Amino acid sequence: MRHLVILGAGTGGTVAANHLRKKLSRKEWALTVVDRDDEHYYQPGFLFIPFGFLEKKDIVKPKSKFLPKGVDFIQAEIDRIFPAENRVLLEDGRSLPYDYLIVATGAEIVPSETPGMLEGWRETIFDFYTPDGAEALGAKLKTFSGGTLAVHVNETPIKCPVAPLEFAFFCDDCLRRHGKRDKVEIVYVTPLPGAFTKPVASRILGGLLEKKNIRMVADFNAEKVDAAARKIVGYDGREVPYDLLVTVPTNMGSEMIERSGMGNEFRFLPTDPATLRAKKFENIFALGDATDVPASKAGSVVHFQSEILAENILRAIDGRPLEPAFDGHANCFVEMGKGKAILIDFNYETEPLPGRFPFPLLGPLPLLKPSRINHWGKLVFRWIYWHLLLRGRKIPFVPARMKMAGKKRPGAARDGSQ
Amino acid sequence: MPQKMVGNAAVDVDADGYLTDFSQWTRDVAAAIAAEEGIAALGPAHWKVIEFMQKEFKETGQAPSIRRLNKSGVITTKELYELFPGGPAKKAARIAGLKKPEGCV
Repeated sequence: MRHLVILGAGTGGTVAANHLRKKLSRKEWALTVVDRDDEHYYQPGFLFIPFGFLEKKDIVKPKSKFLPKGVDFIQAEIDRIFPAENRVLLEDGRSLPYDYLIVATGAEIVPSETPGMLEGWRETIFDFYTPDGAEALGAKLKTFSGGTLAVHVNETPIKCPVAPLEFAFFCDDCLRRHGKRDKVEIVYVTPLPGAFTKPVASRILGGLLEKKNIRMVADFNAEKVDAAARKIVGYDGREVPYDLLVTVPTNMGSEMIERSGMGNEFRFLPTDPATLRAKKFENIFALGDATDVPASKAGSVVHFQSEILAENILRAIDGRPLEPAFDGHANCFVEMGKGKAILIDFNYETEPLPGRFPFPLLGPLPLLKPSRINHWGKLVFRWIYWHLLLRGRKIPFVPARMKMAGKKRPGAARDGSQ
Repeated sequence: MPQKMVGNAAVDVDADGYLTDFSQWTRDVAAAIAAEEGIAALGPAHWKVIEFMQKEFKETGQAPSIRRLNKSGVITTKELYELFPGGPAKKAARIAGLKKPEGCV
């Protein structure tokens, strides 16, 4: 019997298990999935909790329910990987030998990386990247009477890079509906030079911030938070005062990666961006937030990666060359408030562009433009996530590799590939 | 690909002014780009950072993050901001002749 071990039963680990259990013979291959808990959160739902649109219980289901038959699910903390010995050590002392290993242990917020941040934690400083954090923030927002609300990104990369923008848009919308917008100043603080990493989307999203009267503080790298004085202090000496700080702390990979001595400075696993094989280890693959590939840390990315990862593991097992097919494809709905959302579709090479998706002209979803149908798209996506995406099924009309068809570069001549 | 005069040398650059051909990089080119970035003179501490970045780029194909520079023990983040005021990762990468750091998406 040969062993495939998957670390993590989040989006990536679950999809990988569903793909590979179908493709690997049950007589020859045992498949084991390890995770520390059995709670699978629909993470795009975190954003909606502070505003009361969703509750924690609406977005959680058992992880084990989404794993296929013929998979052994072990609920335990992982101590570390011993890559030279091809085994994983669990904290309870059990040892799991493997022929192939998939690392899908995700990323998490680490507020302790910023001096002072934990001092006002869940008093005047909140996150919405954890279920408990989102819930605590919801309670705080109910009693927040006015002042400066700072929405802050501490350091990139972060999971779902558009989430803090969506949060700021929702705040604006919510305050307007309650007639309290004039009592609150919203400030968007980011280490990036603009609202987004890529120029066209940055311009459009930045314009929306301005239109909604949200002040942007760009190129801001926080040295520390002074919780007593309620201000963020930048390395360049600039200060941002706040009454309520909603921060996205530094995101890092699992501590297990660091204990294994395999991570980069963010505890992400160095991974080939095209084949998804670990750069230093022939029989270790990785996907999703746990890797250092320069793609968005987002569920859509994991979904697109999973097909390619499964194919490459089969190729590696057969001794065939890997297929360098992952192009960095990401596809995200960005909520704008007022029942509208923007859709962006991009990859390593092509930034988010305006146009129509998934079909040129027909759409029906417009790209990089606020619309109601995109908002409905985002709501429908929760169903797609549980029923298609996690099961490793295809999402209709959305292939793993990005398509240029339907996209237009503003100001440029008509793109030849359309 | 646009060409641009930095100091006395004509170099190929991208839209943001980053060199596209590292073989055109010299210490004089670095000094001229630094001057454009508002750094009057490159001292030993600047060079230590520049050389480390070039070494990392050669090994990984990417300019190192501020966190990587800090963790490597080459320089603290605070000092980095003093040496390359404004956006140190981007400025130092440009002076070192590397491509623009991948904005993390």
